[in-house]
Amino acid sequence: MSGFRNKERRRRVSQHPAIELVGIDKSFGTVHANKNINLKVEKGTIHGIIGENGAGKSTLMSILYGFYQADGGEIRIDGKPLTIRDSQAAISAGIGMVHQHFMLVENFTVLENIMLGAEGGQLLAKGVSGARKELKRLETDYGLDVDPDAIIEDLPVGKQQRVEILKALYRSADILILDEPTGVLTPAEADHLFKVLKVLRDQGKTVILITHKLREIMAITDEVSVMRRGEMVATRKTAETTVEELAELMVGRRVLLRVEKGEAKPGKVLMSVKNLTVKDSRGVTMVDDVSFEVREGEIVGIAGVAGNGQSELLEALAGIRKPASGEILLDGKPIAGADPARLRALGLAHIPEDRHHMGLVLKFEEYENAVLGYHRDPRYGRGALLDLKAIRAEAAEKIEKYDIRPPNPRLKTANFSGGNQQKIVVAREIERDPKALIIGQPTRGVDIGAIEFIHRRIVEMRDAGKAILLVSVELDEIRSLSDRILVMFAGKVVGEKTAEAGEQTLGLMMAGIAA
Amino acid sequence: MDYFDILVSILGSTIRLSIPLLFTALAGLFSERAGIFDIGLEGKMLAAAFASACVAYLTGNPWLGLLGGIAVSIVFSLIHGFASITNRGNQIVSGVALNFVAAGLTIVLGQAWFSQGGRTPQLAGEARFSPITLPGVDLMRDVPVLGPLYVNVISGNNILTYLAFAAVPLSWWVLFRTRFGLRLRAVGENPGAVDTAGISVTWLRYRAVIVAGFLCGFAGAYLSIAQSAAFIKDMSAGKGYIALAALIFAKWKPVPVMFACLLFGFLDAFANFMQGKAVPGIGEVPVQIFQAMPYVLTCILLAGFIGIAHPPKAGGVPYTKER
Ligand SMILES: Nc1ncnc2c1ncn2[C@@H]1O[C@H](COP(=O)(O)OP(=O)(O)O)[C@@H](O)[C@H]1O
Ligand SMILES: [Mg+2]
Repeated sequence: MSGFRNKERRRRVSQHPAIELVGIDKSFGTVHANKNINLKVEKGTIHGIIGENGAGKSTLMSILYGFYQADGGEIRIDGKPLTIRDSQAAISAGIGMVHQHFMLVENFTVLENIMLGAEGGQLLAKGVSGARKELKRLETDYGLDVDPDAIIEDLPVGKQQRVEILKALYRSADILILDEPTGVLTPAEADHLFKVLKVLRDQGKTVILITHKLREIMAITDEVSVMRRGEMVATRKTAETTVEELAELMVGRRVLLRVEKGEAKPGKVLMSVKNLTVKDSRGVTMVDDVSFEVREGEIVGIAGVAGNGQSELLEALAGIRKPASGEILLDGKPIAGADPARLRALGLAHIPEDRHHMGLVLKFEEYENAVLGYHRDPRYGRGALLDLKAIRAEAAEKIEKYDIRPPNPRLKTANFSGGNQQKIVVAREIERDPKALIIGQPTRGVDIGAIEFIHRRIVEMRDAGKAILLVSVELDEIRSLSDRILVMFAGKVVGEKTAEAGEQTLGLMMAGIAA
Repeated sequence: MDYFDILVSILGSTIRLSIPLLFTALAGLFSERAGIFDIGLEGKMLAAAFASACVAYLTGNPWLGLLGGIAVSIVFSLIHGFASITNRGNQIVSGVALNFVAAGLTIVLGQAWFSQGGRTPQLAGEARFSPITLPGVDLMRDVPVLGPLYVNVISGNNILTYLAFAAVPLSWWVLFRTRFGLRLRAVGENPGAVDTAGISVTWLRYRAVIVAGFLCGFAGAYLSIAQSAAFIKDMSAGKGYIALAALIFAKWKPVPVMFACLLFGFLDAFANFMQGKAVPGIGEVPVQIFQAMPYVLTCILLAGFIGIAHPPKAGGVPYTKER
């Protein structure tokens, strides 16, 4: 294999792979997150790791970074066996990691975050000027510019991620692990990130890229490993594989990557939003004078980078947040400021963006979540008492229809995987047969198999004449489902396109560059 | 007495009443900035007061008394740390438990050792920290306005008072200018960031609670061997809680902590002064009104009327990696 690498790229490549994992095993309680994992990552390559949500990717990499301790197995860096007891050991071994959920101190400056743990002396004053200089150098070398004195919480996520990368480079990492780095980026930011990663590789650094976006894997990696349910199922040269093969390896069966849907047949206007302005809890205007309409039988998608007002828009429409001004009409009736119970009664269903905070009570059993918010329905009981038998019977029906696994309405919701949790929410909202449906991030953290299923249900709802508003930060999802696309940037709808609009056009609009 | 004399006398007792608050609030500052809530400040102060009085009585040396207070207070901190850092227990429960232990143990041991109904024996003069006369007092005495302030408010306090005020800029410096301070503030906001930067969260938090214990030791010693000449049961009298209120009121910042403690000390001094006196037009005002003011002010603050108090983000949450 190393002969192949030498031929392909004229660079010093030592005998040993940069990283070798042998028989890594890890359990969290009863969850077997990593089962006897073997992995080799060659020096000076970009190595992709893909797998469905919960496959164990983050766990494996966190073990390599010393954040978790493996229950068994061996880690070899540069051919030498190494015990990585904590992150300090990983850092000394030249490993840096950008975690899926950033590990930044939000009220610190960029500089303070970068220096944390590598201060260069007991007194901060000593290290500061050196750190500034080094930061300047990294900035010019890699095009990673950030203001060292900016406070993290004031920075957009893209910049925060840069700080994470800079943290690793500042500690002179030779091996850089990135855990789902593009989820929070605009397409343009993602492109820039990939350029940086290529520069790093060409300097001889080793990059491990975790993602669930197959397109990214094909575009940038040299090799790719696939994980499924805690196991490492395959490693391929990127040039020798296809998206279809990778998808099948990930899920364990053939999957349809494209959504199949016919022409939309829009009817009358069902939901209309006029000059809506919404402020967040700090009083900052997040939705700024937004107007649009959604007709029966169409899916209107709202594209945008996370944090551009989509969440607040959804909350206002769902009755969770009171709009500052403007009108919302559902089937001609004004509903701005109505509470969620009334909206449900009027036929508006809501699949919230964040199932853990809004859609589900994780400590409840499945059947309890299956009626959450609809528990006043006379079908589920009279007066103060719930008719548990009826509720459980109905929950069992939905489990069957939506193939929720494991099929047990008495299981604690937290013990379902992300995809199945999402199905619980989707089943609850769709099965009420609403007139209009507002959907936030329908497939965030959901595995491909379940994505396919949820997408199909959404299209079926459209074909049944429902008005659907879809908000997602996944541009692919927006493009494949929506009949019309609105792009939000900085609280405003900056333009409307059809699904035919190219990714680049939409990307520029999402970045606020073009309209 | 004219009004100015009254003011000077109230300011003098403001200082005396603020010092235990100041040490304790700074103790809370270190602990809470590191993400460990410390409702046990009260108990630590009380235990330290008892230990200081005992050691000072036995040795006749106030400095050894102070050391004894610090040692006992740090032991309490370590127990709190063991419960809440090592065993990831509930920090409030652990703190409240320690308060009960301190309240009970001091009385039981005091009675067993000295048989004076929970008191410790009266200390002789040299076993206490006595007032220090600052240089220039004689010169300043006749200067109008500034003179009486210097002589009666600034001068004439014991050494612990001056240490308390010195501890304010020192705490600021440690928190904002040293590596330890940077890490400590970071661990109270996001322990994950500290952990992934290769720093031990556990050891860092232990060091923070040890500093808190150290400072509470001073507060306790001040009560029993500087301000008074013996330990009296329950002598902390809720000061630990007022210090916590001051900490919140000051939004977890060292210099505002000092001003909050002075304000609360002033309210206390004013309450004492008003005791039994009639306010023209209203009549006698119950002292409880003034005593409740620190809590009332803190509630008003927490309700958002005087800005918003953001506690350290990871405060009160044990650090675990398992979900
Ligand atoms: N800290 C943790 N505590 C308990 N369970 C965990 C923890 N981290 C991950 N898991 C479980 O381990 C499995 C693998 O998770 P993870 O490595 O995060 O997957 P991926 O990154 O591939 O989505 C999941 O079932 C998850 O619920
Ligand atoms: Mg992950």
